[in-house]
Amino acid sequence: MGHRVEPGLYRLGDPTPDSEVFASANYTLSFDALRSALDGRNAWILVLDTKGINVWCAAGKGTFGTDELIRRIESTGLAGVVRLRKIILPQLGAPGVSWQEVVRRSGFMVEYGPVQARDLPAFLTTHSATAEMRKVDFPLRDRLVLIPVELVHVVLPAIAAAIVLFFLAGPTSSLAAIAAVLAGTVLFPALLPFIPTSDFSTKGFILGTIVAVPFAVSFSTEPVLPFWAKILAATAPLLIIPAVTAYLALNFTGATTSTSRTGVKKEIFRYIPVMALMAGSGITIGILLGASRFMGLI
Amino acid sequence: MFDSYTDTTLKFYPDRCINCLRCTQVCPHGVFTQGNDHAELAYPASCMECGACALNCPVQAITVQSGVGCAWAMISAALRGKNMDSCECSCGGGEDSCCGQQEKKAPPCC
Repeated sequence: MGHRVEPGLYRLGDPTPDSEVFASANYTLSFDALRSALDGRNAWILVLDTKGINVWCAAGKGTFGTDELIRRIESTGLAGVVRLRKIILPQLGAPGVSWQEVVRRSGFMVEYGPVQARDLPAFLTTHSATAEMRKVDFPLRDRLVLIPVELVHVVLPAIAAAIVLFFLAGPTSSLAAIAAVLAGTVLFPALLPFIPTSDFSTKGFILGTIVAVPFAVSFSTEPVLPFWAKILAATAPLLIIPAVTAYLALNFTGATTSTSRTGVKKEIFRYIPVMALMAGSGITIGILLGASRFMGLI
Repeated sequence: MFDSYTDTTLKFYPDRCINCLRCTQVCPHGVFTQGNDHAELAYPASCMECGACALNCPVQAITVQSGVGCAWAMISAALRGKNMDSCECSCGGGEDSCCGQQEKKAPPCC
């Protein structure tokens, strides 16, 4: 487990009993962010056992939490090390920590620092955070980092679908399957704030429709097909691609920093039936066209 | 009609509030702001139900059903016939998570 730090009490520089105490997760990146933000200072760092998970995720699970904090204060003998009974916690640890319970059970006061460790020097000058320091955002860089994670989950089914479609319906259909998946896993995270509407599913429908149009045009201009088959062939990608992209878009909610469970649940009940209906009708059309070709109708 | 994120389970009881402002310090979306004699629930629709405010309110002036807004986790729970609300976030694949040992998302998933 190369990304874990041994839980316990660490010295940064040459701390005295009057130096500040900062809490962190035992995830290397969380610990390193704190260390570099406090570079040049003398401080104590109390590393909690969060099973190698970052502060926010661990707080959501409760491993960065009241019980672990109190346990770690006791096991490190912190009360005998520092004079001031106060620990500075990262703000994103708050979903797992109840400050009033920590005070009651350990005697240590909890102070919530900023969201980002890099804002700590500014925070420490006044021990107050600006509204900006307290907010979580989701910038392009953070969204792009997630693309490989999203891709890994769909790469096998996507390749399987592309291969099946290649033999059943030809290279254009195969390409359409790849395009639908890339739209949902690569384009969607990158373009998230720029696509209109606030629901992830509707954003996905919009993006998927744009991606589907070239395929619809390509199928509708297939010269060998009779008119009715052209229309059907053009309709299929317009039904299937937006459904696939919207489904993948909806699944991106878990990776974002802002979606509430209530909202996501509402999206699931509202749009999953629509996606299923669209994908189902699109696939039915595809099968009908395939059967027609097999029977020599087109 | 096309905004599923206008309502949440967040409830604020200003008459209980002692104006300690902890909620304004822990909320990552600026849902609460400083008021005159109590905190103000200024942007309720921005709430992501992380639960930090309710957990850190010393007088129980805030309640919220906290949970992670992850469609992937909820859909897999529903498909396995489990309760969608009991399902934990799957990032890191904790023992209690509905997704078992599978590693799902890197930060900042939840």
